[in-house]
Amino acid sequence: MSRSVWKGPFVDAYVLKKAEAARESGRNEVIKIWSRRSTILPQFVGLTFGVYNGRKHIPVNVSEDMIGQKFGEYSPTRTYYGHAADKKAKRK
Amino acid sequence: MARIAGVNIPTSKRVPIALTYITGIGDTSAKAICEAVGIDQTRRVNELSDAEVLAVREHIDGNYMVEGDLRREVQMNIKRAMDMGSYRGLRHRRNLPVRGQRTHTNARTRKGPAKAIAGKKK
Repeated sequence: MSRSVWKGPFVDAYVLKKAEAARESGRNEVIKIWSRRSTILPQFVGLTFGVYNGRKHIPVNVSEDMIGQKFGEYSPTRTYYGHAADKKAKRK
Repeated sequence: MARIAGVNIPTSKRVPIALTYITGIGDTSAKAICEAVGIDQTRRVNELSDAEVLAVREHIDGNYMVEGDLRREVQMNIKRAMDMGSYRGLRHRRNLPVRGQRTHTNARTRKGPAKAIAGKKK
């Protein structure tokens, strides 16, 4: 179920603060955040966030299409390289 | 024979049922269309006058996105999700379920027929 509109979008306060600071200063820096649950707001467009995936911060360049989604969408948490190409004849 | 919204030719069924043969028109919107155009829901497509068919056609053209346009939009949305590097796009790319379903078992609709794993089970 989607979130009630009257509540407005959810963003952790520190993300807002950091984004604003980056806006005012000389941009171009990766803003490290841990808050994967925060909504991407229109005023974040053009900034680069380092979204934590449990191991490191994945740089995410926020574009217009991303508005309304969560930061976590853009920072995959799992590594999976597929199954090993079977060690055949081993079990026969 | 009634052509509505391009190629669709639903015939001797009740109007709200026949309309659902159009991609993008489901049960609810089919009934809404009947109401808006003033067609009784028990009537069949071949009982409709030309004027009524025309009215239905115009109502759909004006208010609904159907068939090719709709399919294209859906495809575009999927493509956009894939290009953005989002998790949802990644699931589309790998042909796995997108909405958080389990994949340990099931998920056959997305994964296709089961493939045998060599060397499993003694």
